[in-house]
Amino acid sequence: MKLLLARLALLSGLLLAWQVLSARGLISSFFFGEPLKVAAVLVEWFGSGMIFRHLGVTLLETALAFVSGTLLGVGSGLALGLSPRLAALLDPFIKAVNAMPRVVLAPIFATWFGLGIASKVALGVTLVFFVVFFNVYQGVKDVNPLLIANARMLGASPRQLIRHVYWPSATSWVFSSLHTAVGMAFVGAVVGEYLGSAQGVGYLILQAEGSFDINSVFAGIAILTVCALALDALVSQAERRLLTWRPGPARDAS
Amino acid sequence: MLSPEPSPALRWRDVEISFGAAHCAVRGVNLAVAADEFLCVVGPTGCGKSTLLNAAAGLLAPSAGQVEAFGAPLTGLNRRAGYLFQADALLPWRTALDNVAAGLQFRGLPLTEARGAARDWLARVGLAAAATRYPHQLSGGMKKRVALAQTLVLDPDLLLMDEPFSALDIQTRSLMENELLGLWASRPRAVVFITHDLEEAIALGDRVVVMSAGPASRPVGEFAIDLPRPRDVAEIRLSPRFVELHHQIWQLLRGEVQKSQTALQASPA
Repeated sequence: MKLLLARLALLSGLLLAWQVLSARGLISSFFFGEPLKVAAVLVEWFGSGMIFRHLGVTLLETALAFVSGTLLGVGSGLALGLSPRLAALLDPFIKAVNAMPRVVLAPIFATWFGLGIASKVALGVTLVFFVVFFNVYQGVKDVNPLLIANARMLGASPRQLIRHVYWPSATSWVFSSLHTAVGMAFVGAVVGEYLGSAQGVGYLILQAEGSFDINSVFAGIAILTVCALALDALVSQAERRLLTWRPGPARDAS
Repeated sequence: MLSPEPSPALRWRDVEISFGAAHCAVRGVNLAVAADEFLCVVGPTGCGKSTLLNAAAGLLAPSAGQVEAFGAPLTGLNRRAGYLFQADALLPWRTALDNVAAGLQFRGLPLTEARGAARDWLARVGLAAAATRYPHQLSGGMKKRVALAQTLVLDPDLLLMDEPFSALDIQTRSLMENELLGLWASRPRAVVFITHDLEEAIALGDRVVVMSAGPASRPVGEFAIDLPRPRDVAEIRLSPRFVELHHQIWQLLRGEVQKSQTALQASPA
């Protein structure tokens, strides 16, 4: 509680300093904006309801990219983790594609999939996929061999091994990757919009920048930040629900 | 060759196991375990005892020779064997109850039936109250009990145990040893119990086999333990016959332990 108050105090202190500095003209409000005016923009966006259409589009792109990227990542991670030969074959290619700065793919996706939702989802998927893939792959390879030996002695078939040993063992890795992945999906959506679109929060920010409306840019950033935090909290919730078996500081001695 | 006796539960026949060209763990192992015999194997650290057990389980194929289970050469996993590992091998995402039920579930039993049988076995090892706990919420001794129930619920004809109690404190260990003897007496079966603790081996076994120092370890001595059963492992250590047997076997074991010590000191690795 004390910590929360201290954090709130820090945040308001920063905002206040920002407000005072730019209102007094000590820093240029043209370049740095003004918190009160940013707040006014937010009130106007939410008041008129125009933000909801853009936010809805961005969140839809994020969700689609997150879900399809995660499914692809989990599937490929399991396949390669369980098949060392396939993994050896594909290893250099995966490394190469992962090393490539994927944001530069955005224009290509725009020409392939148009300026609508699909190109943003595609960009998000390429970002999400690798985060999840590498974690699942690592998780499957890192399964304690003793657990496998024990399950085999207890009579587990190869399929039962995947379902009852490999998969649960990889889930904690999957969840740690999902925190990053949900952020990546968001980045894919916003960057995609920023590079070419007719709607979405990224589009709003781009428009605002075009007209040197720095306060609207900050308003867009604030909305994106809050949304990203909320999505991360959702992942944490799901994690707590599904990984009750994990030793944690909060839940012992039940 | 005609043999009037029934085929043993397990036989290692000229078994040799090497890891790569350089390291030979065991060589020339000839050993058999009768269907209701409690066999203890002792030897210095690193003498390939676990390797021998993995071969008996079918987790490891011998480089030469063969393992026979109930008279038939073993190919693949030993389906009639249960294996109690040295380290904790419970599935961390399953409760104690579901860990015990796992084997039955793998065999295709419906979950409710598997859990029913598992509940009985948890009660038999004194953990009825801990059914819903996850492994990380159990003490070392409790985990061992769950592991024991997990293996015994499948009623294996051969029980392979790899230093199962070595990580437990002395008191818990005696309790577990007595419990194991009780469970074994109520349903005799072949047991191969690996340990580096000679006292434990004598207190538990019908027979104690001493392995030579590695590499290329093999059995170098065999002692019948004629102590009466039922035994209490804590009390039996004080009996004159126990002390005598201990003295006898230790004469042999000590030499092997010393050899393994010098070997360790000689190799810089």
